[in-house]
Amino acid sequence: MTNRPIKVLIAKPGLDGHDRGAKVLARGLRDEGFEVIYTGLRQTPEMVVSAALQEDVDVVGLSILSGAHMTLLPRICEGLRSHGLDDVLVTAGGIIPDDDIPALEKAGVSRVFGPGTTIREVAEFIRDNVRRHAA
Amino acid sequence: MSASPAERVRAGDRRALARLLSEVENQTADAEAALRLLYPAAGDAHLVGVTGAPGSGKSTLVAALVSEARAGGRPVAVIAIDPSSPITGGAILGDRVRMQAHAGDRDVFIRSMASRGHVGGLAASTVAAAAVLDAAGFPLIFIETVGTGQSEVEIASIADTTLVVQAPDMGDEVQAIKAGLLEVADIVVVNKSDRPGADRAAGQLRGMLTVGAQHDRAAGDRPRPKRPEVLLASGLTGAGVAELLAALDRRDAARRTGGGPPASARLARAEAQLNGILAQRMARRLAAPPRFEQRAAVIRAVAGHELDPYEGADRLLALLTEPDHPTG
Repeated sequence: MTNRPIKVLIAKPGLDGHDRGAKVLARGLRDEGFEVIYTGLRQTPEMVVSAALQEDVDVVGLSILSGAHMTLLPRICEGLRSHGLDDVLVTAGGIIPDDDIPALEKAGVSRVFGPGTTIREVAEFIRDNVRRHAA
Repeated sequence: MSASPAERVRAGDRRALARLLSEVENQTADAEAALRLLYPAAGDAHLVGVTGAPGSGKSTLVAALVSEARAGGRPVAVIAIDPSSPITGGAILGDRVRMQAHAGDRDVFIRSMASRGHVGGLAASTVAAAAVLDAAGFPLIFIETVGTGQSEVEIASIADTTLVVQAPDMGDEVQAIKAGLLEVADIVVVNKSDRPGADRAAGQLRGMLTVGAQHDRAAGDRPRPKRPEVLLASGLTGAGVAELLAALDRRDAARRTGGGPPASARLARAEAQLNGILAQRMARRLAAPPRFEQRAAVIRAVAGHELDPYEGADRLLALLTEPDHPTG
């Protein structure tokens, strides 16, 4: 039971026009042995939180390109906390300026991955930092 | 906060429900303890299996059925199964993409499951997960299988009602008389009815699936394939979805008023569930001390063709009936 697969929700909040990157990442994490739940484009913070809760995921990976990250990501982190999902690891990726990263980390995002990050790096970060539920 | 997981699930705690479903998937001792408490409270829900080929529109149709049931005020749960990689164990669980409209509605609970090596279209823990959702108070539970081929019929042994989803362009009349998936359907839905050819496909299916009805009457007690209803629907536009839900409800009502095929479906489910648990317990007992060494010896002997597999199985069964060594 310690060998059970890590469950990751890959979600795209906001109004991005495409989800190529998120799909490549989902596929890559699948090949790393993770169970990846993918929910598609144009997700509201409420949809992301609801999926994380029902699926009981270990990790929420948020992909965002539109520039709305300072609004949407803190709202998702807050929603997760208010539903008791404090132990879920939150990561983000996409187009996020370096200057915004400290504020996002303060809001609850553990790590922001920029363009050029390899899938292996993401997988390793998740394996090293995932907080397994006290089961 | 000393309420047990089972009590919290019964009280409507969705976080506890999600956690317990993980325990069930991981087949932990906690899951078994909770299931023992919850089983008597389950048994009321209508379990609807939804199966069909990849891309036939199962998820979209389930999403439309969920909306229809919610319009009538009924809580609904969905278990959506997708395949695990046989190489890495990883999985992409993508059925939620079509089902996100109900986020924030606490009376809709959707859970994805990876098949984790189980073949047959389900995951090993699907029946137990459905029992948990049943005990949590969901009166209607859809179980969406992995995209199936012609012979993944396991869903029919656990669902009260089996819905087989077909796309309009899935082949000619010969496909409809082949053995397998279509034989276990209670209802066949020709989905994507907004596309050309759907009426013709439904007509062909009706024609071929009802062939042999007279033969049935002459067959007496011999096992015979089901004679499914054939309906047209479109998960995308919603056409025919209300009629489909009404057909499902009629079957559920028939079960409640007693007997008929739906009652035998429950016997089949109980049998399948017991067989699964029995096999797992036997395997666990054999793989644990003090028997695992003798078991390993039997496996080696069969691998080396020194022992035939039937004799090997008899020896393993004999090992099981030996009492455990006294542990002091």
